[in-house]
Amino acid sequence: MNIVVCVKYVPDAQSDRSFESDFTTDREAVDGLLSELDEYAVEAALALNEAGEGGEVTVLTMGPEDAADAIKKGLQMGADKGVHVLDEAIAGSDAVATSLVLAEAIRKVGPVDLVITGLASTDGAMSVVPAMLAERLGLPQVTFASELTVEGGVARIRRDGDTASETIEASLPAVVSVTDQINEPRYPSFKGIMAAKKKPVQTWGLGDLGVDASLVGLAAAWTTVEGVQARPPRAAGEVVTDEGQGGQALAQFLASRKFV
Amino acid sequence: MAEVLVLVDHVDGTVRKTTAELLTAAARLGEPSAVFVGAGFETAQAALAQHGAVKVYRVDDPAVVDHLVAPTAEVLAHLVGQVSPAAVLLPSSPEGKEIAARLAIKTESGLVTDAVDVQPGEGGGVRTVQSVFAGSYTVTTSVTKGSPIVTVKPNSIPVVEAPAAAAQETLTVPLSEQATAAKIVERKEKAASGRPQLTEAAIVVSGGRGTGGDFGPVEAFADALGAAVGASRAAVDAGWYPHANQVGQTGVQVSPQLYIAAGISGAIQHRAGMQTSKTIVAINKDPEAPIFELVDYGIVGDLFQVLPQATQEIQARKG
Ligand SMILES: Cc1cc2nc3c(=O)[nH]c(=O)nc-3n(C[C@H](O)[C@H](O)[C@H](O)COP(=O)(O)OP(=O)(O)OC[C@H]3O[C@@H](n4cnc5c(N)ncnc54)[C@H](O)[C@@H]3O)c2cc1C
Ligand SMILES: Cc1cc2nc3c(=O)[nH]c(=O)nc-3n(C[C@H](O)[C@H](O)[C@H](O)COP(=O)(O)OP(=O)(O)OC[C@H]3O[C@@H](n4cnc5c(N)ncnc54)[C@H](O)[C@@H]3O)c2cc1C
Repeated sequence: MNIVVCVKYVPDAQSDRSFESDFTTDREAVDGLLSELDEYAVEAALALNEAGEGGEVTVLTMGPEDAADAIKKGLQMGADKGVHVLDEAIAGSDAVATSLVLAEAIRKVGPVDLVITGLASTDGAMSVVPAMLAERLGLPQVTFASELTVEGGVARIRRDGDTASETIEASLPAVVSVTDQINEPRYPSFKGIMAAKKKPVQTWGLGDLGVDASLVGLAAAWTTVEGVQARPPRAAGEVVTDEGQGGQALAQFLASRKFV
Repeated sequence: MAEVLVLVDHVDGTVRKTTAELLTAAARLGEPSAVFVGAGFETAQAALAQHGAVKVYRVDDPAVVDHLVAPTAEVLAHLVGQVSPAAVLLPSSPEGKEIAARLAIKTESGLVTDAVDVQPGEGGGVRTVQSVFAGSYTVTTSVTKGSPIVTVKPNSIPVVEAPAAAAQETLTVPLSEQATAAKIVERKEKAASGRPQLTEAAIVVSGGRGTGGDFGPVEAFADALGAAVGASRAAVDAGWYPHANQVGQTGVQVSPQLYIAAGISGAIQHRAGMQTSKTIVAINKDPEAPIFELVDYGIVGDLFQVLPQATQEIQARKG
């Protein structure tokens, strides 16, 4: 199958993430990487093609120069080629604009059987881009997959909700998002790392996609961030050591706050 | 006054608390109109009336119910076209966010997810507050384009009772072929735990690797407090507790009045799911555990000693 996997380059969640003066994410101050949750999407695509009749896995990212690292990681894991949408006008795009650019890039990649994404990015964490891509591409969405199989041109997933577990089906082509329950992403092997160096990566600008620059970027966003505040550090709480009465002390604290 | 659409979150007509919260928020922006999709309208109507729904748009087309997100987005888009609402509010559940996502594209409207507050904007529109980067920043955003679409986190808005008519208006919306392209072919209901639902519980007690697989003391303590039970991913991955109860970045995000973490270290991914809780308590053997940076009250100790003693004390106080 021909599969496009959307991978986002994000600031490392383990570092102190912050904002620029225009309230966009500071992507310079901290190290970036392939959003961990997108590794599950890459793995799902590779596993499908290894088990099936083959085809090409393309990793697609939209982001600054450094976002090439996210593509590199996908290629090292085993994807066949990469597409990097890079254009200064894109900086500060909201989710709506992001989905517009990604949808046009997917169209340009050519006929695809599946578009696979992560469950959420680890920075914006909105979990909306997959549904937006389905809407824009006019494809069915089968999202939050904890299991994914494709047979006879039908994608079938298991989606676990809080009250039920559902099996959902859709004909290909379709947009699938996967959770971290679906698989165990592989580490790039030495061979994979070497092979990745020779794999083709294309860089496209908005012009290549036929997207009007006035529709994307910070100025075009339909949501305007007016202010960003670091959360005041929590007033240091009381921490006591249990010397036999800890449980009673806890009950006393809860009672004093009217929880009991 | 312009209408504000609220998508009702319910299970067969039993309305979830988030809906009352959304209706309260909607009244700040205009006249609340509930949108009820599915079966059980008769059960739901009273609850919707109690919390200020002036009107209830009702859709019970089975095609909408069997096909998840896409048809509901079409129903809402149809209504947005019809009434030009001041805003559309949805719960920040996975489905709520996806419906909101599709609606934003269909109606060319700005979208904010996971809002913890919603207010009217100064020059029109809607102003929202979000808590981002695992709760380390607060972001204020205004949505100016179209009919602002906002998904609101459960437990963020204090509910106000505001009796209203909840007058029903039945809707039939012709669905596109695309809306029904993905179909639910099987549904397995989960066994009910008898405890409150995790996202809407006022109190959540979670256990982690420190339980060593024995959730008994965590559950007993939760039951003494009438709380829901959560788990860290370490506990879930070990197979000790169901994934549906996982709190964190890749689990459920909770924002209760009181969150109690027992035998949980406080990794960033766990914090992402609980850091907006109002009061935080931890029990951990290790005085250096990062969870203690967040707490209002912490006990350095063995959860197998502390929890049973606390449970007993609470039961004694309740008499
Ligand atoms: C703290 C913060 C808050 C924000 N709040 C809002 C808001 O309220 N409204 C709004 O419209 N925008 C908001 N944004 C901007 C929004 O996050 C970005 O536009 C982003 O590109 C899309 O949303 P997401 O990262 O949340 O993606 P999600 O919807 O969480 O991503 C799901 C999947 O889509 C794919 N994907 C997402 N982005 C890309 C990409 N650039 N390249 C390749 N694949 C991708 C990945 O597979 C990913 O796993 C916010 C950003 C930040 C950092
Ligand atoms: C992509 C990704 C997504 C993730 N998503 C999530 C998520 O959604 N939710 C989540 O929770 N994690 C998530 N994680 C995992 C997270 O990084 C941590 O590994 C996890 O939260 C650790 O769980 P824990 O605190 O129970 O275990 P540990 O970190 O091992 O901590 C156990 C704690 O128990 C204490 N302890 C031991 N015995 C006792 C005792 N008898 N009494 C009291 N205390 C005791 C120890 O001192 C220790 O602090 C994610 C990780 C990744 C990479």
